[in-house]
Amino acid sequence: MSNEVEKPRKRIPYLFLAIILVTLALSAVALYQALAEYDAGNSGSGNSFLLIGGSGFALSAYMLFQTRRKTMRLEIKEQPVVTTIACKKCGFKNIRDFQRGDYIFKEAEPCPKCSEKMSVASIYREVEEKH
Amino acid sequence: MLNPLVNQASDPIGWILQIAWLLFFVVFMFYGQRIQLYVMLREIEGSLSRLKLLRDEGRKNAIQTIKELGKSEGDPTARVDQFLEYFALTPQSMDPAGIVWKLEHLLDVMDERFKDEVKIMAPAADITQARNLENTLEVALDLNYIYKVVRHFYILGKKTVSLYVIMQLQMILPLIMRIAEAYAGALKAVTYGQPIGDGAGALVAATIMRGYEKRGIPKDCVVATVPFEGRTAYVVKAEGPGGNVGKPGDAIKQIIEENEGKIANIIMIDAGEKFEGEKPGEVAEGVGAIIGGPGVDQFKIEETTLKYKIPVNAIKIKEDIGDAISPMRKEIFDAVAIVIDRIKRVVRERSKEGDAIIIAGIGNSIGIGQ
Repeated sequence: MSNEVEKPRKRIPYLFLAIILVTLALSAVALYQALAEYDAGNSGSGNSFLLIGGSGFALSAYMLFQTRRKTMRLEIKEQPVVTTIACKKCGFKNIRDFQRGDYIFKEAEPCPKCSEKMSVASIYREVEEKH
Repeated sequence: MLNPLVNQASDPIGWILQIAWLLFFVVFMFYGQRIQLYVMLREIEGSLSRLKLLRDEGRKNAIQTIKELGKSEGDPTARVDQFLEYFALTPQSMDPAGIVWKLEHLLDVMDERFKDEVKIMAPAADITQARNLENTLEVALDLNYIYKVVRHFYILGKKTVSLYVIMQLQMILPLIMRIAEAYAGALKAVTYGQPIGDGAGALVAATIMRGYEKRGIPKDCVVATVPFEGRTAYVVKAEGPGGNVGKPGDAIKQIIEENEGKIANIIMIDAGEKFEGEKPGEVAEGVGAIIGGPGVDQFKIEETTLKYKIPVNAIKIKEDIGDAISPMRKEIFDAVAIVIDRIKRVVRERSKEGDAIIIAGIGNSIGIGQ
């Protein structure tokens, strides 16, 4: 293992891009041909070319989306954690971001309302469920 | 459907499309498997770069924390890199009799070795910081191991051009990534000393024993004698707030022996794996020694309770692997009050007034005092 932390390489998938470009070009040609066939009154051929062109476009768009998705995921999400400091006597609560050294039941500063010693009542993170 | 295209044979565009169509078939007929292999490899490469990022982040995090807290004289990088390659061999099981004690010895040696390493790397760290640092290094070690295993099979599959090696890896990869992401989530939590989901059981015990006198009990646990629903409860947890799971098996055994086996009931509380579809923080009851890890503590509790015929009740707080090693979720924190109510009910139903009982909160006490 090297001493320096390597940054993840940003790979350009040239072959993949070439395939996408060729598919796109062929799809454009097929769509052009479909229009020409409809103009000439050959709706049967027009439909076939339209199907080929449409499928080609859909395929290349999907492949392009796949390559974009891979590069977007290279990050680590920070999870916000909150600390609640509470006074047992008067019930005063102070919710703030977690600070290094906080732990549950740690004695904290005196209560601003009744001057009783407060303590850390909870430390947790809230998660929004993805549906 | 192809007939109209065939009719266009005289048209050059029709020709081009027909040839492209035929080429498409030929390529897929002869190179279909290779294309499939290439697509799978690309997918694995993507996951592998993410695993590398997580591994590097774990390593960087460990080095930074050691520099910050440990105030060691030299650069700890080389020592951290050496630590990340650490391994432990499981005991030989050809003759399985006595394997638990061999495993326990091995785990003790590993634990001591990790503690010594942390002491050397961070001599200025206090006990809580040293325990958190030990956890940080363990997470970095696990991330490094996951990355290396996946990379091994990726390179092996590429070298042998074996669809089956690549396919197996690709199929299991989502599960591996889930575990790796969970470890990545644990990185900051263990570095900063935040309570994690696994500490749910310890938090229950800490809440019950709060305000009562505690004493240390082997190994790395604390016990408090608490009047509870008219009974005498010995409440046990791993000593916090540093990252520590202790050896609750030893602690429970000692309490039972101190009381000459006169314990009416044992109630164990731990975080447990939930099924998909279940909500984190759901509470379930059962019987048996609920405790994770390699099984040594479970074995000891089962041996001792069998000897004295003590019933063991279990309360599980449900969560998935990601929640277990990430900062504690609100739902899991809120489950503590529900669990305490359940314990009260179990105690009332399963013991008589004046009995002695044990309430053991199992799990990592990181970020949880007592």
